[in-house]
Amino acid sequence: MTCDDNDVNSLLTAYVDDELDLATVLRVERHLAACDACRARVEAERAISAGVTQSAVCHRAPDALRQRLSQTIRTQAGRPTPTAGGPRSWWRSPLTISGIAAGLAAIIGTAFVVLGPLASRGQVNQLVDAHLRSLEAAHLLDVESTDQHTVAPWFAGKVDFAPPVVDLAAEGFPLIGGRLDYLGGRKVAALVYRRNKHVINVLIWPGAAGPAAAAAAESKQGYNLVRFECEGMTCWAVSDLNEGELRHFADLFRAHRAAAAAATTRP
Amino acid sequence: MSWQPSSSSSQLESAVLEHADAAYNLARWLVRSDQDAQDVVQDACVKALRSLETYRGGDFRAWFLTIVRNASFTWLRRNRPHQGAGGDDGPDPASLAAADSNVYDPAAIALRAADADLVRRAIDILPEVLREAIVLREMEGLSYKEIGRIAGVPIGTVMSRLARGRKQLQALLTADMNAEEGARDDLRR
Repeated sequence: MTCDDNDVNSLLTAYVDDELDLATVLRVERHLAACDACRARVEAERAISAGVTQSAVCHRAPDALRQRLSQTIRTQAGRPTPTAGGPRSWWRSPLTISGIAAGLAAIIGTAFVVLGPLASRGQVNQLVDAHLRSLEAAHLLDVESTDQHTVAPWFAGKVDFAPPVVDLAAEGFPLIGGRLDYLGGRKVAALVYRRNKHVINVLIWPGAAGPAAAAAAESKQGYNLVRFECEGMTCWAVSDLNEGELRHFADLFRAHRAAAAAATTRP
Repeated sequence: MSWQPSSSSSQLESAVLEHADAAYNLARWLVRSDQDAQDVVQDACVKALRSLETYRGGDFRAWFLTIVRNASFTWLRRNRPHQGAGGDDGPDPASLAAADSNVYDPAAIALRAADADLVRRAIDILPEVLREAIVLREMEGLSYKEIGRIAGVPIGTVMSRLARGRKQLQALLTADMNAEEGARDDLRR
């Protein structure tokens, strides 16, 4: 990278916003270490960004508008028998109902995000980076097997914990194997699942992520990340799969482990 | 059947109200008038109700803001056609190059940026698509991906719009604000 690159302004902007992948961050930082002018540009950009954010120039919705919105939704949506074929017949279509159901799911999903302490941007970067690395040739799998009873023992002696492994092939998320990975300098277990053509990496390490066990979700550069806890371990599912399916995957993963644990403790 | 129209509409109502500030803020910055922004958001709410079937789960805020954004640009095209709303992606290359070639003093910018009124006036005269990117990023804290989805452009375009928007804000804030009209002319020429 040099100051004369066409995209240097965009790169510095994305650097300020923490929107670059790790490799590009390193490239930009190498350049910044040697370039006073670009460091000043970054400083100036941070100053303007913080200034706009802190100057409290947000407009809040007036109460009158809020009342109008409520009224609109109540009168339009609360009408159970719209004119047949009229402009409001959308209301009765099954698609609308599923749309509302999806809307509710999203609202509930938002609540999850608020509950769970979000990962630091640095950690999100590392997770996405691990996912991208895994997609490079010959890095995805150290142990290739669809059998959880082959994958789980493979980690013994390689990491100092026993990652939970489940078989979700019946639900459409076949296990394809596992590998060792490194995240922030520590060894972590990576399980690899597939959903159609999408690869899902589940990165696992011991220890709770925080006080809230609820799932949290993030997205970065088009990749979705869902955090969940399983048997005292922090698990992050990373994939280009859409967030809804990735959440579903995380729920299935936990439910299967809980069911397995209940089965073994039963006399 | 357990699904109840009344309970769902109240859930929808709370979702829309939860994002009413973000919706109004975006519309208000784009159309630059309180009453018009309220009408645009109200219009967007009706459109959202009619197109619920296009909502496929995921981020409700991004979905709703997309509708608000499109309603704002429709309003601008109808009511401010001479401003070239949505079509013009920024000022001419010469003035852009002038803004880009300068490195501004971070301390001076921080000082000026603390003046909310000054910042507001500077944002107000940015081209619409740059203003939109700045509002969604700095005020709503959205990711590039979310901004790209709302504005209907690739992430690379979001990046360059933010870069240009911030550069122009720096130029506007650093310029002698007594000569603000001059700066406006330089940027919009």
